[in-house]
Amino acid sequence: MTASNIWVFAQVTDDAPTAGTLELLTKARSLGESVTAFVLGDVGGSAAALGEHGATKVYETGDLGGKLPGVAGAAAMKATIDGGDTPDLVLFPQNYEGRDVMSRLSVKLDRTVLTNNTDIAVDGDAVKVTTSVFGGTQLVTTTFTGDGPHLAAFRPKSFAAEAAGGSAPEVKKAEVPDLGASGGAKLVATHVEEHSGPKLDEAAVVVAGGRGLGEAGKYDMIESLAKLLKAAPGASRAIVDAGWVPYSYQVGQTGKVVKPTVYLAAGISGATQHMVGMKGSKNIIAINKDEEAPIFGVADLGIVGDVHKVLPKLIEALESR
Amino acid sequence: MNVIVCVKQIPDPAMPGELDPSTKTLKRSGKLILDESDGYGVEMALQLVDAAGGGEVGLVSMAPNGEVSGLRTALAMGASKGVLVSDPELQGTDALTTAKVLAAATKRLGDADLIIAATESSDGYTGTVPEQMAEVLGLPSVTFAKSVTIEDGVLKVNRQTEAGYDEVTCTLPAVVSVTAGVVEPRYPSFKGIMAAKSKPVEEVTVSDLGVSPVGWAGANQEIVEVSDAPERQAGEIVTDEGESHLKIVAFLENLKVL
Ligand SMILES: Cc1cc2nc3c(=O)[nH]c(=O)nc-3n(C[C@H](O)[C@H](O)[C@H](O)COP(=O)(O)OP(=O)(O)OC[C@H]3O[C@@H](n4cnc5c(N)ncnc54)[C@H](O)[C@@H]3O)c2cc1C
Ligand SMILES: Nc1ncnc2c1ncn2[C@@H]1O[C@H](COP(=O)(O)O)[C@@H](O)[C@H]1O
Repeated sequence: MTASNIWVFAQVTDDAPTAGTLELLTKARSLGESVTAFVLGDVGGSAAALGEHGATKVYETGDLGGKLPGVAGAAAMKATIDGGDTPDLVLFPQNYEGRDVMSRLSVKLDRTVLTNNTDIAVDGDAVKVTTSVFGGTQLVTTTFTGDGPHLAAFRPKSFAAEAAGGSAPEVKKAEVPDLGASGGAKLVATHVEEHSGPKLDEAAVVVAGGRGLGEAGKYDMIESLAKLLKAAPGASRAIVDAGWVPYSYQVGQTGKVVKPTVYLAAGISGATQHMVGMKGSKNIIAINKDEEAPIFGVADLGIVGDVHKVLPKLIEALESR
Repeated sequence: MNVIVCVKQIPDPAMPGELDPSTKTLKRSGKLILDESDGYGVEMALQLVDAAGGGEVGLVSMAPNGEVSGLRTALAMGASKGVLVSDPELQGTDALTTAKVLAAATKRLGDADLIIAATESSDGYTGTVPEQMAEVLGLPSVTFAKSVTIEDGVLKVNRQTEAGYDEVTCTLPAVVSVTAGVVEPRYPSFKGIMAAKSKPVEEVTVSDLGVSPVGWAGANQEIVEVSDAPERQAGEIVTDEGESHLKIVAFLENLKVL
């Protein structure tokens, strides 16, 4: 078996691992014998949950002191590998930190990194990963050739997280070596942009608006509707780039991946990069005035109509219930 | 202040993509254009050089068949010169080797204070090339920049995060990857388009750069299968005649969301 020692790049916030981390751990424990979670910063109260999801060992770097995660994380991982613990496979989340760390690590180890995957299988000596292309219409399966460690990154919600009741993992310190010139970047402040309602990637209902709303002020309709449905408001990249709503609202390839019970898209065309972030929703409602809009190809209920007519009536109908 | 921008030349995204059945890679035949994502980097570089009061913007690109049309677009916007790496041996090259090749190509343009790329390309979207280039060059990097300024020789970046943004400072030289919408790319003027025709673009091969192995040999991966994904069935489509909101209410009631 090629994948006896599997590492997961693990992210923790306050006292809980992120949902994506638990997804990767769950998958990792089905692939190999030993699973290690590699944490930038302190693992703190998250160690128990990492253990329950399959990690038997945790490396933590301790406070990064303003160093950026990419360069510090890759250096700490490389130093740990040089110290004698060599993984066969390292799983990363396809997100900001994951991307930066795996990129730097791939150069340090001189190994390719396969990105944007939605599945992985270990088949004898072969590690195979699957990625979907052309907006999810085709699946491409790729196998690593050459020596490990094999590096692979996965899109959020590729796997379902499930606790297995594992015991508390052993926690070890991973040193961040001197970064030299590549450590010239420093974090000086962190800003959190408020997002109203439930979390976008966890909500049971998502109401998203796009350029078809016409102007920034009309996004109020999305917010009102979201409130009435206890939904998270979301957006296409077109209106994020235009500055109507913050980036934290964005659904799609470069935004959040959502899989709610209901996804309502208003004035969104359904570009492939948007669809990869919402196609997995259980039920999709689309409102668009163009009957040819690609979004109708995935909608369970499609309304060919004007958002300025349909949404106010919908809001009124829900308010009067 | 000299800035180098990585510009990827890609098939027009308006044309449907296709896999080459023999190599199982994206078909990259036909005319290529400047990746829209890199238009932001070119504009950002031009603005930074302007603000610094001197210097120039150089370009690096790796593309098949000696393709330069995307480079010419960036030159027409105001960049001064470019290096194109084009070599049949590069067929099948992965992101890591691309980063090695581009890093070596930047050296042909002399020392740069800053190297700019996009956070991800429109056709490949691995999002790893800029950070890999930084590591190859031994430079610091800031990815996902949504604003970039330089004050007293220090780079100041607001970096996009899941929850908001981080303020980051960084020493120069450095690599920065910028997000879409960071600046408004200018349209090339007629004068710019004419001038671009005579701006220098050096075409080099892999052996000129001394990077090996490249192409399939350096990619350490093999595509073993391509299949169609299960299709989602389209549902009911109705045209609004003033009452379609009731359809939505009924649909939600049916799912017990209401
Ligand atoms: C590398 C890369 C990554 C990307 N990542 C993402 C991503 O993460 N998320 C994302 O969303 N996009 C992403 N995009 C952008 C994507 O390609 C589209 O440009 C974007 O999704 C379009 O947003 P939109 O549907 O709001 O706008 P448009 O495509 O302009 O569509 C607007 C729609 O509104 C309809 N409309 C207009 N007026 C009305 C009205 N009065 N009533 C009803 N309907 C109306 C129109 O018919 C049209 O279908 C990415 C692109 C690239 C290149
Ligand atoms: N072949 C290439 N030529 C020039 N720049 C590239 C090339 N490939 C990637 N880049 C740069 O790196 C960014 C990220 O690319 P990717 O890692 O493919 O998503 C791109 O947006 C470009 O700025």
